[in-house]
Parts: sequence; structure tokens; C-alpha cells
Amino acid sequence: MRALALALALIAAPAFAAPEQIVAGLSQSRVSITADFDGTEILVYGAVKRDTPAPEGPMEVIVTVEGPATPLTIRKKARRAGIWINTDAVHIDAAPSFYAVATTGPLDRILSDTEDLRYRISPDRAVRAIGLTSEADDPDGFVAALMRIRFAEDRFRLLQGAVEFTEDTLFRADVLLPANLTEGEYKIRIFLTRDGRVIDTQDRVVGVRKEGLERFLNSLAHDMPLLYGLLALALAGFAGWGASAAFAFMRR
Amino acid sequence: MANARSLPGISMQIYLPIAEVSVNAFLLLGLGGIVGFLSGMFGVGGGFLITPLLFFIGVPPAVAVATGANQVVASSVSGVLAQFRRKAVDVRMGAVLTVGGFIGSGIGVWVFKLMTALGQVDLFVQLSYVLFLGLIGAMMLQESVRAWMRTKTGGPVRRSHVHTWVHGLPLKMKFRASGLYISVLPPLGIGAAVGFLAAIMGVGGGFIMVPAMIYLLGMPTKVVVGTSLFQIIFVTAFTTLAHAVTSQTVDIMLAFLLIVGGVIGAQIGARIGVRLKAEQLRILLALLVLAVSFKIALDLLLQPYELYTVMPGLLP
Repeated sequence: MRALALALALIAAPAFAAPEQIVAGLSQSRVSITADFDGTEILVYGAVKRDTPAPEGPMEVIVTVEGPATPLTIRKKARRAGIWINTDAVHIDAAPSFYAVATTGPLDRILSDTEDLRYRISPDRAVRAIGLTSEADDPDGFVAALMRIRFAEDRFRLLQGAVEFTEDTLFRADVLLPANLTEGEYKIRIFLTRDGRVIDTQDRVVGVRKEGLERFLNSLAHDMPLLYGLLALALAGFAGWGASAAFAFMRR
Repeated sequence: MANARSLPGISMQIYLPIAEVSVNAFLLLGLGGIVGFLSGMFGVGGGFLITPLLFFIGVPPAVAVATGANQVVASSVSGVLAQFRRKAVDVRMGAVLTVGGFIGSGIGVWVFKLMTALGQVDLFVQLSYVLFLGLIGAMMLQESVRAWMRTKTGGPVRRSHVHTWVHGLPLKMKFRASGLYISVLPPLGIGAAVGFLAAIMGVGGGFIMVPAMIYLLGMPTKVVVGTSLFQIIFVTAFTTLAHAVTSQTVDIMLAFLLIVGGVIGAQIGARIGVRLKAEQLRILLALLVLAVSFKIALDLLLQPYELYTVMPGLLP
């Protein structure tokens, strides 16, 4: 009896402690925004660790990259007295400034709705979780517009089939971060799914910071605005004088 | 996959620290150069062109306006030094105009902040452009076409000094370089109007200042450009500082590239401008001003492609 229980426990234990686990790495854990910054690519790679042979059915991988959340105001234009002006506005406390989902296949096939609701994986779920203070008639129209604009700006991305997955073991995904990044912590989540259910997850963080001259100018502008303004004027004055002097010299 | 991107080598994209967008450096140098060329040719600051162009390439409006003002400082400094060499600056008149300019600019920065809070800053800036550029462009076109006809037919030339109601106001002051003895109120008022425009439109206001000096104050034409540039330096410098302190919207990196391009363009423009006739230049400038005004008016009148806009930050 005891032997049977032990045997059962041995079989069952890995099932509880996830029989298949993610071992993942990132190509870089920080991104520096320097003067020549034009977007960057983050490589998320890894493998599936198994103690037992893989069960039946296809295994899928989902990688999400989420930028820091910021408050937003969405305004809608309407025609008033013949011209198009901003009329209604909706205010959002926190919406991700960047959100990308890379998968091995179509998201609605490899992830069930309940799991999506639980983990907030699809862009729709990730954004609709945000708090809305509505001052407009149809807040849904505003959220839909936010999604549309963000997708058009490449700040939101749905890259179905972009994760390469070999032999149900090795995976890699390249996620392109655009040039118009917001500074902060970028959360990377990796999900392993089977039959639409999430089997294992892993979290990683990439720090995005302005560096060098960019960092210097940005903090100067915000911490010592008067000095920054005077510096801007000195630059303009010097350039103007230099041009005049050079012109006078060339004419001679 | 998007693997083919980010080729190493000469990428002239430059990330602007305040505007937080990545723009091609040659594009900015080119924009600065074209505007500098026109400003050198016509003797205007070119702010009325640079600011809408910056909107167009994706720089946020608030950053475009503040940085535009900074750029005008550079082109005005460059211009006024040449005018000083010719002794074509009425410093006293410039000082009075500047005092008015500070008042107007202060009000303008305050209104700009208020309009930003109301979410109507874009509309306000656009309407100002349509109204003032349209008005000045039309007036300039009419005047310059008439002057051009006159030079062709050889008719009488308009007197530079005309007595108007302006000369009947109190608080009179002597402006020796301009040869005027008039009230300080009109220059203060004109200065204030131009300062206001500088703050909300990111322009120097030369296109409004120059005709006002000639037709309202009756200043001799030879000191008009120098004096206008002289006061524009101070007003746009004040505006730049005010925007830098109140909203941190001056982008030095952007300003630097525009200035470098502008300085080179201005040299070439000034040389070509010398070869053209003054009336023809003014007609061309008037058409340019009207074209910008017309383009912005169209943007307001036609239904936008996307009705919604997303702005960072909170509602007030």
C-alpha cells in the first residue's frame, strides 16, 4: 500500500510541479537610448526542460513584451462650425506604452479564452484591463481607437507565428523595439501552452534608459530648466554669431 | 521576420531627447537649409515655415513651437550683426518694442498652457497660422503687386513718412535713428502683438513686424529690418526660456541641427536674393505665406483620416 502511494506520488509529483519547464534567456537585459538609437531587437531564446517524455499534442510558445504603463488622454474630433476640433476626451490611468505578442501559431487556436483572461496575453486583454474614466458616450470607441493608433505606430504588435520552435524543445523570438520607446522597465513573459492551457510561465525584465548625451540633456531639461534654456540660447547665439562671422570672412 | 533590419554602418537617424522621436539627421539639416535659404532670400526669420514643417515630420506641436522659437534666435542674431555693421538698427525703438514683446510673450505662454490643458492647443495654433498668415500674405501680395505695377508704369512712389492717427497719441519719445517723434504706445502694442504670436506660433513675427513698422509707425525702410531682427532676438529668447521653464519642450538637439542647416541655407539664399528685384521677392514671399496658410486651413476643413488622437499625460 505504501509502495503504491509512493509510486503514485512519484508519477504525480512532476505533473504538479509542471512536467515541462521553460529555461529562457535574453540577448540583452538593458537597452540604451543613445543619440543614434533607431530601435533595437531583443532576442528571447530558450528551451523546454522535461523530466519525462513529452505528452501527446502540439506544444506552443507565446512571448509577450510589455512597456511601462503611462497615463493617456484620448481625444476625438468632431465638426463644429465647419472645422474639425477636439470635442470629447477619455482619460486612461495606465496603458502600456508598448505591447508585442509573438507566438508559434494563431493566438486564438493556441490559447483558450479563460487562460487569456487570466494572464492577459492578447493585446485586447492587456489594454482593456486599464482603468477608464469616461467623459464620453462610447468609451469602447475610444479604446478601439487607441488600439488602432498604437498598432499603426508599431507600438502594439501581434506577431503570430514569429516564434521559431524546433523539435518541441528549442525556441527563439526576435522582438523589434521601435525608436520611439518610453523609458522604463520592459516586462517579458514567456508562456508554454498545450491544448490552449498555460503549462509554465517565465518572467524577465529589460531596462530601457536614455544614456550618454540623451540622458544628460533630458535630465538637464527637467531638473535645471532655466540652465537648459540658457544653454539653448547660448547655442543659438553662438551659431548665429558664427554664421555671421563666417559670412563676413568669406566675402572678404 | 524583421531580422533584416538594423544594418550596421552609417545610420543617420538621430534620437531627439525631448521630442522622443528618431528622425533622419539629413532631413533636419535639409529642412533647416531650405528654410534658411528662404529666410536669407526674403529677410525673414522663417519660423512660420519651420514650425508647421516640424509638425509634419512628427515632432509634437509643443516641442515644435518651443524649438522653432529657439531656432529663430540663431537666425536673428546672424541677421542683426550684419545690420549693425550697416548702422541700420534703431536700438531705442527696438528696446521699446522688446518691452511690449515681453508682455505679449508672457501672455502668450500662459494662453498656450491654458489651451494645452483644454486640449485645444493644436486648433489654436492652427487657427492663428491661418488667420495671421492669410491676412499678412494677402496684404503683402496686394501691396507688392501694386508696387510692381508702379515701377513698370513709372508712377509716383509712396512717401515713406506718412502722418496718421498714430502720431496724435500721448507719451511721446524721440527715436533718432528712425527720425521719429511719436508716442511709445503704438510700438509697445505692436511689440506685444508680435510677442504673443512668437509664444503661440513659434515664430519671430518679422512678417507682421516689418509691415507694422513701415505702415503704422512710419519708420524709414532702411532701419526696419535691423530693428525688427533686434527685437525678435529678445522676444524669441524670452519665449524659448519661458517654454523651457514652464513645459520643458525645447529640444536642443533638434534646434542644433535646424540651426546648422539654416545658417548654411541663409548664406546661399542671401546671395541669390540680391539678384532678384525687391517687388518680385515680396510677391514670391506673399505667395509662400498664403500657400502655408491655405495648407493649414485645408487640414482644419477636411475630415481628418483618424478622428482620434492619443496624448500622453493626464486630463487636467
